[in-house]
Amino acid sequence: MSVKDKFESMEYGPAPESAAEALAWLVDQGDRFGHFINGAFTTPGDGFNSHNPATGEVLATLSQATQGDVDAAVDAARAAQGKWEKIGGPGRARYLYALARLLQKHSRLFAVLETLDNGKPIRESRDIDIPLAQRHFYYHAGMAQLMPEALPDVEALGVCGQIIPWNFPLLMLAWKIAPALAMGNTVVLKPAEYTSLTALLFADICCQAGLPKGVVNIVTGDGAVGEMIVASPVDKIAFTGSTSIGRRIREATAGSGKALSLELGGKSAYIVFDDADMDSAVEGLVDAIWFNSGQVCCAGSRLLVQETIAEEFYGRLRARMDGLRIGNPLDKCIDVGAVVDPVQLATITGMVDANTAGETYRAATPLPDGCFYPPTLITGLTTSDTLMQEEIFGPVLVSTTFRTPTEAVALANNTRYGLAATVWSENINLALDIAPRLVAGIVWINATNLMDAAAGFGGVRESGFGREGGWEGLAAYTKPKGKAKPLAKITAKRGEAGPADPIDRTAKMYVGGKQARPDAGYSRAVYGRSGAILGHVGQASRKDVRNAVEAAQGAAGWARTTGHLRAQILYYIAENLSARSGEFAGRINDMTGKRQGEKEVAASIQTLFTYAAWADKYDGQVHGVPIRGVALAMKEPVGIIGAICADEVPLLGLVGAMAPAIAMGNRVVLAASEPYPLAATDFYQVLDTSDVPGGVVNILTGYHGEIAPTLASHLNVDAMWSFSSSDLSGDVERASCGNLKRTWVNNACAMDWYNTSSTQFLAASCEVKNIWVPYGE
Amino acid sequence: MTTKTITPTAHLPQVTEPRNPGIPLDMQWVRSVQANTSAIERRAKTLPGRRSVKKDWQAAWLLRAITCIDLTTLAGDDTAERVRRLCAKGRQPVRQALLDKMGMGPITTGAICVYHDMIGPAVDALAGSGIPVAAVSTGFPAGLSPFHLRVAEIGESVKAGAAEIDIVISRRHVLSGNWQALYEEIQTFRAACGDAHMKAILATGELGTLRNVARASVVAMMGGADFIKTSTGKETVNATLPVSLVMIRAIREYHARTGYRIGYKPAGGISKAKDALVYLALMKDELGDRWLRPDLFRFGASSLLGDIERQLEHHVTGAYSAGYRHAIG
Repeated sequence: MSVKDKFESMEYGPAPESAAEALAWLVDQGDRFGHFINGAFTTPGDGFNSHNPATGEVLATLSQATQGDVDAAVDAARAAQGKWEKIGGPGRARYLYALARLLQKHSRLFAVLETLDNGKPIRESRDIDIPLAQRHFYYHAGMAQLMPEALPDVEALGVCGQIIPWNFPLLMLAWKIAPALAMGNTVVLKPAEYTSLTALLFADICCQAGLPKGVVNIVTGDGAVGEMIVASPVDKIAFTGSTSIGRRIREATAGSGKALSLELGGKSAYIVFDDADMDSAVEGLVDAIWFNSGQVCCAGSRLLVQETIAEEFYGRLRARMDGLRIGNPLDKCIDVGAVVDPVQLATITGMVDANTAGETYRAATPLPDGCFYPPTLITGLTTSDTLMQEEIFGPVLVSTTFRTPTEAVALANNTRYGLAATVWSENINLALDIAPRLVAGIVWINATNLMDAAAGFGGVRESGFGREGGWEGLAAYTKPKGKAKPLAKITAKRGEAGPADPIDRTAKMYVGGKQARPDAGYSRAVYGRSGAILGHVGQASRKDVRNAVEAAQGAAGWARTTGHLRAQILYYIAENLSARSGEFAGRINDMTGKRQGEKEVAASIQTLFTYAAWADKYDGQVHGVPIRGVALAMKEPVGIIGAICADEVPLLGLVGAMAPAIAMGNRVVLAASEPYPLAATDFYQVLDTSDVPGGVVNILTGYHGEIAPTLASHLNVDAMWSFSSSDLSGDVERASCGNLKRTWVNNACAMDWYNTSSTQFLAASCEVKNIWVPYGE
Repeated sequence: MTTKTITPTAHLPQVTEPRNPGIPLDMQWVRSVQANTSAIERRAKTLPGRRSVKKDWQAAWLLRAITCIDLTTLAGDDTAERVRRLCAKGRQPVRQALLDKMGMGPITTGAICVYHDMIGPAVDALAGSGIPVAAVSTGFPAGLSPFHLRVAEIGESVKAGAAEIDIVISRRHVLSGNWQALYEEIQTFRAACGDAHMKAILATGELGTLRNVARASVVAMMGGADFIKTSTGKETVNATLPVSLVMIRAIREYHARTGYRIGYKPAGGISKAKDALVYLALMKDELGDRWLRPDLFRFGASSLLGDIERQLEHHVTGAYSAGYRHAIG
């Protein structure tokens, strides 16, 4: 075709980015890779081929890590950790800065290698993945620098095992390694088997930066290697990937004491109101669901359009889809590249083909042979259709309509996931009203898929827990300083004597603001130090747990009260407790046989005052993200928190868990101290007189071992804490798998309830939701 | 709607397209217009990274860009001789040897754009070329001379031989929200144009917001504009990609609602070959291939051609070019 013909046709023509440099780098490495352990590459072992999904050609041969390799990597990380932490934040900042600079210097090599390996368009790897990876290292170089000043009370976790997915290979590596290293941890990272090459190039960069041996270790292989890392003696597992694997990791690490953060799947809502800039909202969908072929955990994959504009909007969207260019990912003029692997292509195809509902539209654009899937829109689906519920992880957008803002919220939240959401409206009242009501870790207003190192990324519900990025992300790689002491089981006192008080007083449970008898009708006696019966308490059964959670669910309005109001109520509780302090102190002394009662009551009142003070002061943040606009890191209540309260301090343990939780707007289901339950049952009278709305605080008595599994497995409970002296940590974490609720367990270690860290409790009582609000007229 | 084959010398929209007669002022439409600045800026910012045209295709696109240029001189010291030289450049915008190397037939620029007094010399110089003369009018650039004189100016220019009239709107009608007045002004100008086709200059740099740009675009088309154009080139901010996106999306909606294709002319500040490629890609992606022809797309530019010529020579020889090797216009 001549220039003249092209002058007439005005087609784009090919615009390929050269792969020469990246292929030359692979040749230099012998096209075979070992693992990167203790600062050097191992001799390549048995392994597997890494393919270019767009062409099917083999790029390199990678080694499948053996148990010995993983052990060596963990040993190297362990050996390096102490020294790495000891060089201090500013010392580590220099290395992180060097890594950022080196990533920048080799940016095109990284981008081309990423596209070859993953199949994403070169535009994305060049303009998004690699620059964002650099940004994470720059940002966390700063965090390392500031750590001594800004975070004096925390220290590194130790050795972190990190398992990352194939959709953003280098970027996910950066999200994992940068904060871990900044806080003084060392890492053993496993890239996805489909896409390990940029991680191996990163290993090369680590050598160039002079990073001390063993600080970063990279082992390659399939899921079996991931399992070895999870089982290895690391201090933390950080995982990004599918919800099903995340659940298996939760089960595998339950009770191990390993910290865990999970960034899992999503089915994120993309809501378009009738006053939206429709053309911009359509363009937003290109970045939401056709970015990286929809292989994005936070992809706006569930389109909710206001009924009044639905047909018009779909029409514009279909026209836009037809303009998408699909093909060679190395072409600089391509919008949609290859799907990562034929296995993934088969999954997408299978899911879409199995759907018979709604109307399916495929972009009228040429589709190359090979591992490609056309941009697809399925309209007219309902909430009960599988494709509206399940993550497709491909370039497939599903849609339904709504009538009102409230219905939009209801539809958006009608999902097991809770990663991200997008809202399009020109009405600031509407947009800022909807954003806090969406159950998601990230909300974008009039934009989508905005990400930055300064703003936390992560979800709620079955999208996982923990944040990556921002100040909030550092919690995933730090722990409070200090050594924990072991906590021995405290058993209830036994006795033979009769009741201490001749008039029988019946302690009940407290559910929905009312006293409740145990559903099963069993009680047990509580004996004092002299062996006399101090009273009876009900034995909570599964049904009592169910009733308590139901009552908490009914008190959802508590989350929408003001911090000022919650503060007033907490002060009022303190006031009423104070009025009865002598009685509570005596009760505690009677039960425990010690003389700490007075001190414990005073500390409980202090605790109530502390969290009353915090109720309207634990502010969110405005993150400095690089847009004209703001990312509002809002602190929202977690929801319903189940807490197995400390045995050793029957009042302070109860108040210590309750006060921060309700101060932040959560509702709680509390299991009272097992051996000394009567302080809790006396306490509900204080609650009754303190204007605490029914259902906000619910108190159960009975065996922790029976209450905990039911509460931890309850799918309507959003977080579970255990401070029991019964070692329930493993049971709680295992049972939490159902809805992947956040857990905080003591791993059989004691907490000094007289010196707790309020920031730790407040952080556990909140989810950080980042609401991105670009602005400008 | 039928479209005839376009020859390089048939630039006038009325030759190829049913001409937009305008429609009654639809205030519901005007008021419902939305333009989210941040989102529009993001689209505009990422577009150059999403579209790339290389090698022969790039040469072809640059040649296409030349055919869409309104080669312009709007200076107080314009003389007949200066305009004659510009017209000659319009007839032969690229050195013949370069065109031969690329196997291209003759091309011309889209139009020659001048002030009223230069219409005569331009018409004479372009005789037989088929290149239309465009005249800026209606008290260009501020549009603040007496209304009857502005209308009369159009008539004079048409009489003098201008086939295209670039009118300026009263910005104050936009800024005061007097859409009725704007609509009537444009209708009056359009009537005065007669068979000459009318480009409505919105002076977007003075309209304050993208939302105003969108509203003014819609009202201009309702009033019967054949083209909507960003700027006079005299405002402090002239054509930008975000403004262009807003205006061409308005064109797309007008076409969807009425079936009429309105042309688009970004003017001012487009001086690099690379910019021209981005604009063509924007037109292609947002409006479609039909808008890549001079009857529906023009660049208002004076220095753009020089940069394109250098790029074309680089394409042909492989060596970066120098300005003095190309005839100045």
